[in-house]
Amino acid sequence: MCFKFQYCVVVLPPLLLYKGKLIFKFILVPESIMQLFRICSRSALAVIFALLLLNTSAIAAPDGKALFQSNCASCHNPLKDATGPALQNIDKTFPSKEWGYAWIHNSAALIAAGDKTAVDIFNKFNKTAMTAFPQLKNDEIDAILKYVDDYKAPPTAVAAAPGGNDGGQSEGGSGMVYTIITLSLLVLAVILWRANQTLGRSANEKEGIPNAKEIPLYRNKVVIAMVAILAFIMAGYWLVNGAINEGRQQNYQPLQPIYYSHKVHAGINQINCLYCHAGAEKSKQAMIPSTNVCMNCHKQINEYTGDKDHALVTAEGKTINGTDQIKMLYQYAGWDPVAKKYKLDKNGNIDAKPIQWVKIHNLPDHVYFNHSQHVKVGQVQCQRCHGQIQEMDEVYQFAPLSMGWCINCHRQTKVQFDNQYYSIFQKYHEEIKAGKRDGVTVEEIGGTECQKCHY
Amino acid sequence: MSQKQYWTGLDELGTPVSHQEVAENEFKEDLPFDLSGTLLGASTPRRDFLKFLGFSTLAATVVSSCEMPVRKAIPYAIKPEDIVPGVANYYASTFYDNGDYCAVIVKTRDGRPIKIEGNEMSSITRGGTSARVQASVLNLYDKARLRFPGSPEGSGKTLSCKESTHEAIDRVVKEGIASKPGYLLTGSIISPTKKEVIAQFLAKYPNVKHVVYDAISYSGMLQANEACYGKKTLPTYHFDKAQTIVSLGADFLGTWLSPVEFAKSYSKGRKISAKNPKLNRHYQVESNQTTTGASADHRVTCRPSEMGLVATALYNEVTGGAKVALPSAKLTEMVAKAAADLKKGNGMVVCGANDVAIQTVVNAINNSIGANGTTINWATTSNYRQGIDSEMAALTDAMASGQVGSIFIHGVNPVYDYCDSKKFTDALAKVPVSVCFNERMDETAQKCKFLLPDHNYLESWGDAEPKAGYISLMQPGISPLFKTRSLADTLLTWAGATTNYADMWKNYWTTKFGGQANFETALQNGVVEPAGDMPIGGAAFAGNVGDAIAKIQAKKPVTGDEILVYQKVAIGHGGAWSNNPWLLEMPDPITKATWDNYACVSPKKAKSLNAELNGRNEVDSKKAVITIKGANGYAVNLPIVVVPGMHNNVIAVAVGFGRAESVGRAAASDSATGLGGRNAYPFTSYNGVNVESFAAATVTATAEKFDIAITQTHLNYEARPIVHEYTLEEFAKDPQVLMKERNVEIGEFSGLPWMEEGKEDKNAPAYDAEKEENYRKNGTLYPNYQYTGIKWGLSIDLHSCTGCGACVIGCQAENNISVVGKEHVLKNHEMHWMRIDRYFSGMPDDPDTIQTIFQPMLCQHCDNAPCENVCPVSATNHSSEGINQMAYNRCIGTKYCANNCPYKVRHFNWMDWNGADCFADNQFEDYRRDDMNDDLTRMVLNPDVTVRSRGVMEKCTFCVQRLQEAKLTAKKIGRPLKDGEARTACQTACPSDAITFGNVNDMESSIHKLRREEQAERTFYVLEHIHTLPNVNYLARIRNTEEIVANNEAKNGLLADHI
Repeated sequence: MCFKFQYCVVVLPPLLLYKGKLIFKFILVPESIMQLFRICSRSALAVIFALLLLNTSAIAAPDGKALFQSNCASCHNPLKDATGPALQNIDKTFPSKEWGYAWIHNSAALIAAGDKTAVDIFNKFNKTAMTAFPQLKNDEIDAILKYVDDYKAPPTAVAAAPGGNDGGQSEGGSGMVYTIITLSLLVLAVILWRANQTLGRSANEKEGIPNAKEIPLYRNKVVIAMVAILAFIMAGYWLVNGAINEGRQQNYQPLQPIYYSHKVHAGINQINCLYCHAGAEKSKQAMIPSTNVCMNCHKQINEYTGDKDHALVTAEGKTINGTDQIKMLYQYAGWDPVAKKYKLDKNGNIDAKPIQWVKIHNLPDHVYFNHSQHVKVGQVQCQRCHGQIQEMDEVYQFAPLSMGWCINCHRQTKVQFDNQYYSIFQKYHEEIKAGKRDGVTVEEIGGTECQKCHY
Repeated sequence: MSQKQYWTGLDELGTPVSHQEVAENEFKEDLPFDLSGTLLGASTPRRDFLKFLGFSTLAATVVSSCEMPVRKAIPYAIKPEDIVPGVANYYASTFYDNGDYCAVIVKTRDGRPIKIEGNEMSSITRGGTSARVQASVLNLYDKARLRFPGSPEGSGKTLSCKESTHEAIDRVVKEGIASKPGYLLTGSIISPTKKEVIAQFLAKYPNVKHVVYDAISYSGMLQANEACYGKKTLPTYHFDKAQTIVSLGADFLGTWLSPVEFAKSYSKGRKISAKNPKLNRHYQVESNQTTTGASADHRVTCRPSEMGLVATALYNEVTGGAKVALPSAKLTEMVAKAAADLKKGNGMVVCGANDVAIQTVVNAINNSIGANGTTINWATTSNYRQGIDSEMAALTDAMASGQVGSIFIHGVNPVYDYCDSKKFTDALAKVPVSVCFNERMDETAQKCKFLLPDHNYLESWGDAEPKAGYISLMQPGISPLFKTRSLADTLLTWAGATTNYADMWKNYWTTKFGGQANFETALQNGVVEPAGDMPIGGAAFAGNVGDAIAKIQAKKPVTGDEILVYQKVAIGHGGAWSNNPWLLEMPDPITKATWDNYACVSPKKAKSLNAELNGRNEVDSKKAVITIKGANGYAVNLPIVVVPGMHNNVIAVAVGFGRAESVGRAAASDSATGLGGRNAYPFTSYNGVNVESFAAATVTATAEKFDIAITQTHLNYEARPIVHEYTLEEFAKDPQVLMKERNVEIGEFSGLPWMEEGKEDKNAPAYDAEKEENYRKNGTLYPNYQYTGIKWGLSIDLHSCTGCGACVIGCQAENNISVVGKEHVLKNHEMHWMRIDRYFSGMPDDPDTIQTIFQPMLCQHCDNAPCENVCPVSATNHSSEGINQMAYNRCIGTKYCANNCPYKVRHFNWMDWNGADCFADNQFEDYRRDDMNDDLTRMVLNPDVTVRSRGVMEKCTFCVQRLQEAKLTAKKIGRPLKDGEARTACQTACPSDAITFGNVNDMESSIHKLRREEQAERTFYVLEHIHTLPNVNYLARIRNTEEIVANNEAKNGLLADHI
């Protein structure tokens, strides 16, 4: 099904516009209804204020999810053991909270100091040392631990279908709290309002003042108007949010024709990224290597022997036989592993077929992105955009690749200003010399202008 | 500023009011909805609006909620070593097409050629190109190319090539070739190795003769040179060394012989600055209005049949012979002046007539003024054309008499373009073995028995020797796309040679250059030339002038109307390239007409043909159709286009139209509707010695009308002053003349009224850089932005521009500019980012007073841009490098920017020209341009530039992709950007070095020096007084003449007075 159901809400706005007329009529209604409106708005205000308060506190706190994804996700899964152990409820196994902080800040130091728990973990996980994170503050670590403890497995497998986006679901925990508070406050407001009404009416009766005829809620124009406005705002929010995320596929992790593990190659065997992706320093395209590049090594390496240290498992949990994958490569490359030579076609050329990889990082057509500009000139690490690729068996899209994400980086990143190309920016050089600035961001040399990327 | 009288067309001159009315109207076509005065009275009510709103929102939602498709990333199976995906490779090569030569650099991306640049290492074309050279890359991907060897099958719409194999055809040919005499018919061949191959072939089959045929023949010149100098060849013309240039009907900047070479040397010889206010003088005598005539200092018209008389008069004047009576006083006056100038030395006379007698007289003039050895070089001769008319006539006779057993036709199309094509066609049918090597099923291929298509030049190894001793190598940019075979390989196979052409070619040059290393250097450079300057030498004249003059005088000029067959600058040589949509949509430099064929007539003639010359004549695309009947009885109906500057009795019709269906969609002529034009070749005739391109004709008006898509009147300036032109005398006397005019215009605004600078300005004589800076600062309420890093600037020299259109096509190829088709050109929807505006001045009814000036117009990248302020979504805004940016994906198509642009350089995508929309079947189709969207043709697209979809505005970007690439290269090396590293496509395409581009903040850059030092006196900005602060400047035109006609103050009803 091509639709996303949420957009059906779109038909509502024109309808609501029509109903909008009611609001204006309503301004001229008798005093009693005005009173009603005031009470309503007061309680509504209270609700909004409460929500706002809760929200601001949420903004101020460290974002456990983001921290987890940028720092931990390459080695840890909340639910299952990966390079490192599953993290859910792992804080309950720590001897103390402080021990946890120490371990995360620098596990190697703990191991070296002979801490028993530390050494046990180290041994359990194949003596792979955990990367030190001295930069993480204690409250940030708390946030991460809270996030993993609250984490629930997504309903389907991680390997989302193209276009799938599982972002936002894990926020269910805190979202629920807000919802409950909001609902209870609303109920409270309604009860208070009803009580006020009833009391008012009985007071009126007592004093002999005639009561205005009570209108049922569903015919109450104020209520209708309020609901309409609310629905309009929510529909707009849904629509805009949905539209913005259209075509983005963060975490996209398709099944590839060959189970090629970046972790085995770039991580465990420490092959330089540029060995295969030679274009990254020369071209706009990083270049996926052709099969003959693979064969430079795989003429010798014809089986996967690392199963004990690092078993190959798909995201669905299926075990992969690495040697079979190398055999598949031979099929594509036209290599005869028995005769140890290439198969030739009738023209005497190597009978190789290109491997049809599924493209993960898709930029829109109207964006010009140049790898060499970033890798060679900007000295940006591959991981900055691609995540801990050396830890990925199956590659997924780490960054959202949205324009906001690009622009943010361009705003914050300082260019390699000692490159002589930038010598023409005399003003900035003088300011640096005078100590007025410590660097120049990409934005300051025009890196956020439209035609730097769109032409 | 005094209002000079330049006009784009007659209606602007005649009835400004009705012209204005049409020009002001944004939409040329009737709009499908009601434009009533009151909102409430509109016939599109609110409910409809809501319906549309609801539908479009829903539609957008449906589309946007579609899932992302799964894309594949497919690497090479085995990557070629020299290709890095995403990085362009450049190969030096040679463009050669039947006599048109250009040294080129082929840009390939991921193994496919996408752009042609000039090769600056060649001292002949010196990096220049022409529109045809730029467009040649599109020919490679022409869908109508023949894809395999075979033979024609069927006829008309069902005509196709029945596939066969090379071997099968080889067998038939080898059997048939020896029986009877055979002929190898080719265009002019300037390749040394191909000549060698032909020699081998002819040695094997001694009964086969080689005949060279040129569709536009230069036989008269070759024969005259043989008679006068004993050399059946062409000299080298050094226009840069000439002090006086007299051209008798030679359009040497547009179509004659070697326009790129001549434009380069012509503009080199005519560089002018205030420090050195000297200029050679160029006299032009011609019958129709050409680009060369537009560049000339003095221009007078005569009939084509009077050209011999003019040559004789000039000869007599130079040698002091008896005066020859000429048809007009202006001609007599000019001949006298020209002769006086020629006698001063360093003169040169060139002549476009294909007539031995006239060329002999011209040779005699050149001899007597001492041109041989100074401006005309016989030491280094040119090989561009080799065809002799009588040989072709003899071949046709031989075939007609049934003596010929086999004919092999390569690269020429005599069935279409031979003067007596009927005789040729009938004769061809009598030849038992006829083989055609042409790349497509053209008129000749259809009549041949076998087709052996040759490679495109971008798929071939090869070489050229355009001038004796000057070698230019050709290397492929791509493997042959189809099952084609080169002529050389075919002939070698037939001759029973054991090597193939590529090996033979390599051995030949490795030996010639002395070793592999030299060969590789030569291949890399593309050209190998003798060291030092080109040697110049004269030749001993031994022509019989008396006899030639007698022959000329024996022929009486035509008295009635005369038809002249000419070549279009865009489609060029012989019109063989009429299936190239880029060239078909390129506005003709003079008429600004696109797509179809028409008859050029003078305003006076048009009036006599009852064509309405009211105010709507030119903005109205419906042109009156006339019947033209040639002296040989051939008649066609063609619409007229009024061209000021045409001789009043001459009707000019271009070749290259009226093509067969199988030539290609864009070229095909429709006999019913008249689309695709009519063939003009049958008007030409063979007079026993030479093929004449003119004939007496009778012209009659018809009641029919036909649409001609003319672009000049589309975007109108409403008579604002935009070009500046001075006589040499004015400029030499007072180099500050332009600066004074600028001072009158804006000087007083350079200071604020209460500031000192403002007061001083009143007395200051001329405008200068300081005032310009102050005007920038004080002419606005906005703060003055400081451009710290790079600031791009472009300069166009109106004095050098010949209007040839190479920049237009260069821009189109570089920036994926859409071809919109005739229907939409008629609606003003053409997309060219760069256009060349053409302005006339003078009296319309007197062609000898007409002066023409070209002004290339592109986005001026205003620092205070009117378009930027009105965009509601900020899709167009300014960069810190001074570029007026256009973000297509942000544009919502309000078109406010285009309406607010005073230069009218923004173009809106009214249709989905290229299938770039997300709706698959939204693509615009009109048959003639549809091949542009074929998967094959789309390979020509530049992958670095977005293909724009419907509903967005676009315009010149200063080739930002090239600027970014140049900056990136400098950054990778870690050094500042050097001047000349970032070049725009129009700049590299220009054959006359009219365009300079660079960083104006770099004090060492040529653009900075040009504006501030070298050409400061000629620099101006268009519509400067409205404070748009353009980053594009122009240099004023200087004409070496007595009067700039446009200097007259505007006269109302000028047209009425004179017509």
